Amino acid sequence: MTALFLRDIRLSIRAGGGALIGILFFLTIVAVIPFGVGPDLALLSRIGPAIVWIGALLAALLGLDRLFQAERDDGSLDLMLMQETPLVLTVLVKCAAHWTATSLPLVIASPLLGLFMNMNETAIGATMLTLLVGSPAITFIGAVGAAVAVALPRGGLLVSVLILPLTIPVLIFGVSATYAAVVGPSPFLPPFLILIALTLFFAVIGPAAAALALRNTAD
Amino acid sequence: MHLIAENLAARRGEDLIFVNVSFHLQAGEALILTGKNGSGKSTLLRVVAGLLRAEKGSVTVSDSVDGERRPAAEASHYLGHRNAMKTELTVAENLDFWRSFLGPGKAAGLSTEEAAEAVGLPGITHLPFGYLSAGQQRRFAFAKLLVAHRPVWILDEPTAALDASADKLFAGLIETHRREGGIVIAATHQPLGLENARELRMTGFAGVEQGVWE
Repeated sequence: MTALFLRDIRLSIRAGGGALIGILFFLTIVAVIPFGVGPDLALLSRIGPAIVWIGALLAALLGLDRLFQAERDDGSLDLMLMQETPLVLTVLVKCAAHWTATSLPLVIASPLLGLFMNMNETAIGATMLTLLVGSPAITFIGAVGAAVAVALPRGGLLVSVLILPLTIPVLIFGVSATYAAVVGPSPFLPPFLILIALTLFFAVIGPAAAALALRNTAD
Repeated sequence: MHLIAENLAARRGEDLIFVNVSFHLQAGEALILTGKNGSGKSTLLRVVAGLLRAEKGSVTVSDSVDGERRPAAEASHYLGHRNAMKTELTVAENLDFWRSFLGPGKAAGLSTEEAAEAVGLPGITHLPFGYLSAGQQRRFAFAKLLVAHRPVWILDEPTAALDASADKLFAGLIETHRREGGIVIAATHQPLGLENARELRMTGFAGVEQGVWE
């Protein structure tokens, strides 16, 4: 299983991997917002956390459709399905590797983009923390979409459309926890704990559902 | 080690592609599937590998020691049309990954270098898999079967894209595997040159006239 994790990380940083694409996309989205909104620093800092969260969400969705499709295209998925190792575990490890390679860099890049949005230190810290806690949920939800659409030749957009509604709660609680930390008066902890709960919930449901979908896409 | 297939039937879309296929292979035996294109060779192999659900029947392996029956998929290597190797990674990285992914808890196979030597391509395992020719890629895909031990080999057109010397090399490797008590099921158009291999002729739709199964 460690071997699978390392292989997936290696694949995503080699040529054609999705790790850098996600960051560039994230950077693009957040960087154009100030130009569109105009030089209103107060407004920028007010919408900053939300924009960074939306950018991270879209960037995280970007590479998800290839999670299982790349494996299927070269036949590796067949061998993974045949093993004694529970498929759920294989999916979980693939999700973990995908998160480490594509979402963790987004979390790390978010403070820099927070500066673009004129956010103060508390806002940057809170955004980074909520992204760190909330982004695994996006990957686990995305794994289900990727598994359902694995046999479709152009499933990329379909995956995003399928899973976007399911990621809305993550976005809502992520952003509201951030705002609670920055402006108050509502407490920070309740939305933050719900965010953690969402991640844990989808860490269980996501791989199980994805494994079920993969088993049933016999071809 | 026995591989037992009982009354297999499989469906492609609406049509049954074969019915009542049964065979029983003992350690050291080989079964060659022949038949024209579309006659269901690959489908049968995917059913045996557990990748397609059988409409009827079952495939199991039983250990000669305790006689316990398990699904055949877990005891099998499957070499399909696609090589299951990543073109971005080097050959050594690919083989190392499959050894540790397929290997844990099982009898260990050859090391990466030994496996490369066995398929006649020593010394180029540092190259990315995508740089190699189709024939070299196929040889390394075969080397995957050697890095982790599995008693049953399921081979779908193993010698596609290969030259004559590689044909002979593969036949030798398959013979070695059989001598060590392995079981081989292969679909092929060219004769592989195996000794005492049993043959199953797939007839495709012609043999299935019952139509839809209840």
